[in-house]
Amino acid sequence: MSSFLSQQVPLSWYLLLSAALFSLGVVGFLFKRNLITVFMSIELMLNGVNLSFVTFAHQWHAVKGQIFVFFVMMVAAAEAAVGLAIIIAVFRARATLAVDRIDLMKL
Amino acid sequence: MIVNLHLWYIPLLPFAGFLINGILGRRLPKWLITTVALLAPLAAFGVVLWCAVLTLTPIELRSWNGPGSIPAVLSLPFTETCPLAWINIAALHVDFSFVLDQLSLVMLLVVTGVGLLIHVYSVGYMTDDEGYARYFSYLNLFLFFMTVLVLAGNALVMFVGWEGVGLASYLLIGFWFSKKSAADAGKKAFIVNRIGDFGFLVAMFLLVANFGTLTFTEIAAKLGMDPGWNGGVVTVIALCLMLGAAGKSAQLPLYVWLPDAMEGPTPVSALIHAATMVTAGVYMVARTHVIFDHSPFALSVVAIVGAATALFAATIALVQSDIKRVLAYSTISQLGYMFLGCGVAAYSAAIFHLMTHAFFKALLFLAAGSVIHALGGEQDLRKMGGLWKKLPVTFAVTTVGVLAIAGIWPFAGFFSKDAILSAAFLSGQNGRILWTVGAVTALLTSFYMFRLWYLAFFGESRNPDTHPHESPWSMRVPLVILALLSICGGWIGIDLAHGLINMERFTDFLAPVLGARAAASGGEGIELYLSLLAVGLALLGWLVAFLFYGRETETPARLARALSGGYKLLERKYFVDEIYGAIIVKPLLVISEYILGWVVDVGILGGAAWLLGGIAMFSGAILQRWQSGNLRSYAAWLAAGAAAVLIFLLVPWSTVWPASIEFVWKAAGH
Repeated sequence: MSSFLSQQVPLSWYLLLSAALFSLGVVGFLFKRNLITVFMSIELMLNGVNLSFVTFAHQWHAVKGQIFVFFVMMVAAAEAAVGLAIIIAVFRARATLAVDRIDLMKL
Repeated sequence: MIVNLHLWYIPLLPFAGFLINGILGRRLPKWLITTVALLAPLAAFGVVLWCAVLTLTPIELRSWNGPGSIPAVLSLPFTETCPLAWINIAALHVDFSFVLDQLSLVMLLVVTGVGLLIHVYSVGYMTDDEGYARYFSYLNLFLFFMTVLVLAGNALVMFVGWEGVGLASYLLIGFWFSKKSAADAGKKAFIVNRIGDFGFLVAMFLLVANFGTLTFTEIAAKLGMDPGWNGGVVTVIALCLMLGAAGKSAQLPLYVWLPDAMEGPTPVSALIHAATMVTAGVYMVARTHVIFDHSPFALSVVAIVGAATALFAATIALVQSDIKRVLAYSTISQLGYMFLGCGVAAYSAAIFHLMTHAFFKALLFLAAGSVIHALGGEQDLRKMGGLWKKLPVTFAVTTVGVLAIAGIWPFAGFFSKDAILSAAFLSGQNGRILWTVGAVTALLTSFYMFRLWYLAFFGESRNPDTHPHESPWSMRVPLVILALLSICGGWIGIDLAHGLINMERFTDFLAPVLGARAAASGGEGIELYLSLLAVGLALLGWLVAFLFYGRETETPARLARALSGGYKLLERKYFVDEIYGAIIVKPLLVISEYILGWVVDVGILGGAAWLLGGIAMFSGAILQRWQSGNLRSYAAWLAAGAAAVLIFLLVPWSTVWPASIEFVWKAAGH
């Protein structure tokens, strides 16, 4: 498996894929109106970063990056639970999920 | 074998009483409060007596051996120092030390003895007061600080006691603090005393600067070694000390707080504002007399201030109608006598007068308290009268007190006042003037005291609604004891070898501390005539008082009308309070309100606060546009920030802008 990675697919491909995932996440986060989609975009960004972590961990034969990915996944799971709960609460209160309508936090 | 006196018991026992009654007083039963309150001064008085017996036992009587023998080390002066250094900075070394010598022993006996009697009296006087425990805790606190003041071996320890008695005085004047006049009087006493304390502090700074020590004996030794210490800085120190003494002992021009201090409970007026605390200034001058001895100018200032105060206060006392005010001005006047005595270097006479005055003035105040108590709070002499039948004990003891203060032989006041007056007469070229002022004051004193006596006790009752009753025994016993002391207190100084009117033994007793009295030249013969003259003046005052107030006459009223201007001047106390109000209090209030209040507080401080607030609000008004509340705009800024950081890291700064490296390097502090 490792030889397959190192011999056939160069490092840069992984990083490019990671950057693409992250950028997609950013773009989705900025331009999508539905709160759930925005939330999914965040997950996309996290996974883009995860991919680069794993890639470098493999490249440098260091296990730290992989451990870090576990942490990120764990936090993302917790965040998904809390975030979805908030989204449900918001929906109950405002009957909408459009982010530009949820703007009560300004002065 | 006893090798220590444990002087620290003397202040600490009353302090324990203060702590117990002050902290637990609300929850303790009344009998326990009384027990604690009385045990504290009783124990302190016992320790003082014990110390007196031990130290005054002549050496030849101590020679027998045995477990109870008294070692020679237990003799006056006896110094006790806290083993831990108190202040030890560079050359300045100050210990917390107590000194028992003849002077402090006399003072301690007076303070704890009279203090004990007044505690007993207070049990009867304050029995129905809500603040019973609080009252006694303050009274014990006062005894604590007063004994610290008296025992002090250096000026700084004395200052601790000095400020402490001021605090106790403040607390007790304002004891009935819900009454505005009492609260104001407390503040007035405290603030006026600050002026005096300023003088005391400056004197201490100068002592440290010039002598490097605050210990009384060391100062005396340094002054004694070098006769070059004359005038100059010594005069300044002495005058600063005198300022402090004038504040505490209510001398011109700082006497104004004492008449107002009568707002406190009457036993407090007796203990603090007549017998003990106000004499602290006299005690301090006597304690530092070596400094005054080196400055003839300061001494004459002391004498003049004392004589002027004596006369000034006596004239005001002539027309006051509040019984306690009469006694208050009389106290100021008698304190003036003591300063007059100090000023003519007759320190032992001043201390003698301090002691006898403590007896008869405490007696007079307590008797006045008994009258006020009997009349249900009435203090106006014009509404009294005919009390001698209803209050026989009070009448008898007041008579003794009046005779004593008027200076009639053989009552206590005669001996001490006579000693001061003859010392003044024999004190050089200005002595005759000082004596004349003192003698006129004696005449006035006799007059106003007999006036009080006649108005309160003789004639018909001018207020028939009251039903006076004699005070309980707890108030009568101290009165009787003080009356006995007012009769006999003067006799302890008599040396029969010098006839019946002298205080040689008292002078000899204090000589190790205060120095032997300079032998007056040609004084032996004249002293007798001076004494006769003084008694004659006192009797004359009595006669005039009898003519004016002994019967129902129109004479005083007609005289008051005839001299209405002068009468008004005296009745309004020379308008001194008004003058001080106009030239000191009012400008201070104006400065406080307009310059400090408006310009500094509202203008500068308030302006700075408003400016800062304004900047924050203005920038906030601009920056709040960022807080659109729109989630996507926040996200966009977040992304833009991340992008900016990335770009900053990616740009090869050294090639784009070579000077930047050096700039950052320097900015980092290299």
